[in-house]
Amino acid sequence: MTMPANSRLIGKSVQRKEGREKVTGSARYVDDLTFPDMLHGATVRSTVLRGRIIGIHFGDGIPWNEFTIVTARDIPDKNCVALIIEDQPCLADGVVNHPEEAVLLLAHPDKYLLEEARRAVRIEIEPLPAIFTIEDSLAKKEIIWGEDNIFKSFLVEKGDADAAMATAEIIVEGEYETGAQEQLYIEPQGMIARASAAEGVTVWGSLQCPYYVHKALKGIFCLPSERVRVVQTETGGGFGGKEEYPSMLAAHAALLALKSGKTVKMIYDRAEDMAATTKRHPSRTRHRTGVTREGKLIAMEIDFTIDGGAYETLSPVVLSRGTIHAAGPYLCPNVRVRSRAVATNTPPHGAFRGFGAPQSVFALERHMDRIAEAVGITPDELRRRNFIHQGETLAVSQVVREKVDMEKLMARAFELSDYHAKRERFRSENAGSGAIKRGIGFAAFLHGAGFTGSGEEYLASEAAMEATPEGRVRVLAGSTEMGQGTNTIFTQIAADALGIAPDQIDDQIEIVRPDTAHVPNSGPTVASRTTMIVGKLVESAAKMIQQSLIESGMLKPGYRAEEFASACASYIAKFGSLKSFAKYEQPKDLHWDDDKYQGDAYGAYGWAVYVAEVSVDMRTAEVRVEDFVAVQEVGTIINPVLAAGQVEGGVAQGIGLALYENVVWQQGRMINGQMTNYIMPTSMDVPPIRVWFEEVPYERGPAGAKGIGELPLDGTAPAIANAIAHATGIDIRRIPVTPEVLAEMMETVHA
Amino acid sequence: MPEGARKIRVTCEVNGKPAALDAYPMARLLDVLREELGLTGTKEGCGEGECGACAVEIDGALVNSCLVPAVHAEGAKIRTIEGVARGDRLDAVQQAFLAHGGAQCGICTPGMILAATNLLARHPEPTDAEIREGLAGNLCRCTGYVKIFESVVAACREAEPQP
Amino acid sequence: MRSYLPAYELAAPRDLADVLDRIAREPGAWKLFAGGTDLMVLLEAGKLAHKNFLSIWKLPELRGIEIATDHVTIGALTTYTDVRRNGTLAGEFPLLARAAAETGSIATQNRGTLGGNIANASPAADSPPALLVYDAELEIVSTRGTRWSRYDGFHSGYKKMDLRYDELIRRIRLPRARQAWKQYYRKVGTRRAQAISKVCFAGAAQVDAGRVSDVRLALGSVAPTVVRARETEKLLRGERLSPSVLRAAQEVLAHEIGPIDDMRSTARYRRRVSQNLLAEFIEMLSQ
Repeated sequence: MTMPANSRLIGKSVQRKEGREKVTGSARYVDDLTFPDMLHGATVRSTVLRGRIIGIHFGDGIPWNEFTIVTARDIPDKNCVALIIEDQPCLADGVVNHPEEAVLLLAHPDKYLLEEARRAVRIEIEPLPAIFTIEDSLAKKEIIWGEDNIFKSFLVEKGDADAAMATAEIIVEGEYETGAQEQLYIEPQGMIARASAAEGVTVWGSLQCPYYVHKALKGIFCLPSERVRVVQTETGGGFGGKEEYPSMLAAHAALLALKSGKTVKMIYDRAEDMAATTKRHPSRTRHRTGVTREGKLIAMEIDFTIDGGAYETLSPVVLSRGTIHAAGPYLCPNVRVRSRAVATNTPPHGAFRGFGAPQSVFALERHMDRIAEAVGITPDELRRRNFIHQGETLAVSQVVREKVDMEKLMARAFELSDYHAKRERFRSENAGSGAIKRGIGFAAFLHGAGFTGSGEEYLASEAAMEATPEGRVRVLAGSTEMGQGTNTIFTQIAADALGIAPDQIDDQIEIVRPDTAHVPNSGPTVASRTTMIVGKLVESAAKMIQQSLIESGMLKPGYRAEEFASACASYIAKFGSLKSFAKYEQPKDLHWDDDKYQGDAYGAYGWAVYVAEVSVDMRTAEVRVEDFVAVQEVGTIINPVLAAGQVEGGVAQGIGLALYENVVWQQGRMINGQMTNYIMPTSMDVPPIRVWFEEVPYERGPAGAKGIGELPLDGTAPAIANAIAHATGIDIRRIPVTPEVLAEMMETVHA
Repeated sequence: MPEGARKIRVTCEVNGKPAALDAYPMARLLDVLREELGLTGTKEGCGEGECGACAVEIDGALVNSCLVPAVHAEGAKIRTIEGVARGDRLDAVQQAFLAHGGAQCGICTPGMILAATNLLARHPEPTDAEIREGLAGNLCRCTGYVKIFESVVAACREAEPQP
Repeated sequence: MRSYLPAYELAAPRDLADVLDRIAREPGAWKLFAGGTDLMVLLEAGKLAHKNFLSIWKLPELRGIEIATDHVTIGALTTYTDVRRNGTLAGEFPLLARAAAETGSIATQNRGTLGGNIANASPAADSPPALLVYDAELEIVSTRGTRWSRYDGFHSGYKKMDLRYDELIRRIRLPRARQAWKQYYRKVGTRRAQAISKVCFAGAAQVDAGRVSDVRLALGSVAPTVVRARETEKLLRGERLSPSVLRAAQEVLAHEIGPIDDMRSTARYRRRVSQNLLAEFIEMLSQ
């Protein structure tokens, strides 16, 4: 079908669709909503790592008869929050497996009295032996899950790593670790619920995936789809932290609502949110790499382990992505990746932007710099000799279909950051006695967009569209806006596909609030898939509407924007309604083997090279990122300001991961769960970030776009770690590189 | 049940209008604004004065309203995000945030805009360092601060001259 | 918000006399509430054990900065913003101005007060090291009268201070004696802004022809109270600056402080950084 004009909005920095509400403070987040006769809800949690619940005691001085109290016994059907398997209870029943596990729920109209009551409940738990490190879990010091503490494992093989390793001229080994990271969305988790036997369950809340919550509630309340309704309120950040946890919170609020007969609001304060909800999986990666004397990769053995916490939740999928990304954008004919997700008695870890890849990419990119050193060539020369090209196969035996040009991206990144000159200048300046050492380092990486393998086919995402007689187009998709720009991107895609005038998009295009009563299941808002996969469905749905109008004669090809509205009116007058429905179709040429874990892992990849410049104060071991360059190829850029915003925000989170965000654990519990003590970067900690997009249209993406959201989390931390190594000569092996850790390493070097 | 304070009446001015509030003396100004006056634009992000999402102005000074007890609002002139625009006319900072992508998820935005307008009132032509410092008490998890910074710089250029 | 609000009283007394009267007549019943930047955090965390407070925030008797020939006298309710904006303080007492600028954020500085900071007695507070270097004195008032106390030694232990139940800090007096001295302040925090200090070092010295004629050193976050590094001062006093003097001073300093491991940092790190900041200070003196 022809478009009335060439893209008018693709490539333009159209203003944020819901921007006005956000800058005036009229956007309504879940805690901004109140309902008449509303109760507040609170959760009473285990203080013990693991144990048997032997009693629940309600203290004196609280009018308990005024409270709604819910335990596992009140759960109508299955006591479990379903994700992949059904091992995580909604409320602990008889046993607890991690600190902060939810045992009991309370509701009352007075939120201050509610807090007093929460404090007055004492849960008596007989402790059982518990474990909280990857090492103890692998060593089976205690079996705390299944038969062997292992949620999932993968084995990916390409070629014959053993045979090839035996012929390698140089072998480099290394172990790398990453810590947990808290998503720290500035809006804490919250839900409001209403439930009754007659009406079913309705929840409103801060969430990324309305249909995940929907599915979880159906299971807990044993309700058919049409009697569960999930509505997304304006969501103040998610980053994956609101992918799975909202299902748990929604269930809790709904249980209280059902028992009390009232609407119940549950908002976590920051301390509860940090202590009890998911975090990035800690990881340990072991590399053993064989290269030729010239630095060509011939064998890679990678052992990758992530800590999943006490229940399986999404760990297998995080492990999957980490595994697939472990060998990077390089050509190596012989690869073995062995990976596993293990159980510990900590609150379950979960989705966080990058989803396993930041962990394995950190290890790989640090390791590559060490290989370069062992071979005696520069880090960039090592990459140049091993970058993958179109037609070659990645570690999972995926043939790269795209015209990837990592050398070009690297050259551009080096040009923008003045890498070579600084590399040399810092080396010579650092030799002096100054207290500040400078360094510059980079990371080269890729990130698969969309769900892995047959995941998108399994999701079978849908989007719909309908037109009103006034010519207003309503976009119906389950994808959520949480700041990344979903509403605006969908608006641009729909407007261009339908030929709607740029100055009319506010009036003529409506992005319907995700509400399972009104929008189809477009799959979760995760995995860098919203623009690429769902945006494509939006584009298709728009084209179908256009097609209907043209085929019915209401519009002629090449129509003017002003004609659209009356054409809709005529069509609807004649046919009753104007709707379209698009469903995901897996491209026929993508093949994935789930057993061998080989094949087309992702339909498309983002490719990137990031450069970080740091200064290290040798007196205090404080590292400061002084400058940052982010170069990537993610297809066509639909909205430059939004796209750059994604990269800049992701880089800032990566800076946090690399330097500041240290979760302090004490016996499985996070003890620094306050913003005073869990440190994320302020405006004074983030350097200028220069973003460059190399645009290579991806023919299967809407207007040629690919996914972008998670990519920045993969390369930021290793670029910084490599820069620190350049500045100080210290071999960084784990993040975050806090001053305390770096100071210890410095002392070891200079002792 | 523990006995203690009774609610007090606090008379003040909020966004140019007189307001009479009934609140416990230690109630957070944040909650009083949100619940008594229905001004939900001011947000809670951390409950300990670290994130700045609850920032308002009291007598022209930027404060974290989660740390201000209701009794201290007596006789004060308070400005919240709802008082930044003049009717339908957005402030230069708000317009700049829209034009330059200063808001993503929007939860830090009200506090950030208060901090930015407060900064510009104190320093009409701020240096880069003054901008960074002026916003350093407002945490943003989405933007990396880059486009917030660009928005504030743009707003300086476009702001009306002081009378 | 984890406290039961109805249980808390925050009364607004008429004037200072009223406050002094109440705290004298009802020993221990009332605690004082200034800007609230510390107390409200405890309230929100459900950790504010005391229930009855007197708000002194608006008392004019506790505000104001007086400049006299030999002293500057600062009202206890002077905020960090007030400190930063005062020309004399910024010019002659740069360490205090720096401490004020590095405390929290603009929003915190508008509400945090010097008196509140002293009375809260956190070992990680940013102003106390500067106050010690400037030989601060505190004017303490009660219904029994007025007394002056040197700030040095005011804190006898963790969160303890030489203040009776019926007393209140009214003013802080700084002798105008350090203008000619070389001054140094460095706070090493968890990040560049809005940071709790891991080590806070304030130092001032008078150097004549390479010899230290007098010196003051104070550190925060390295002991249960702010530390006046007397032994290190003693070693430096009268000495000609040299690498060996520095090394000796660092040795002594390491024993004068008592840093701990906590969720923010380690004893080892704090000790090493304290010694390195001493080196930086000495280097500055040599220039």
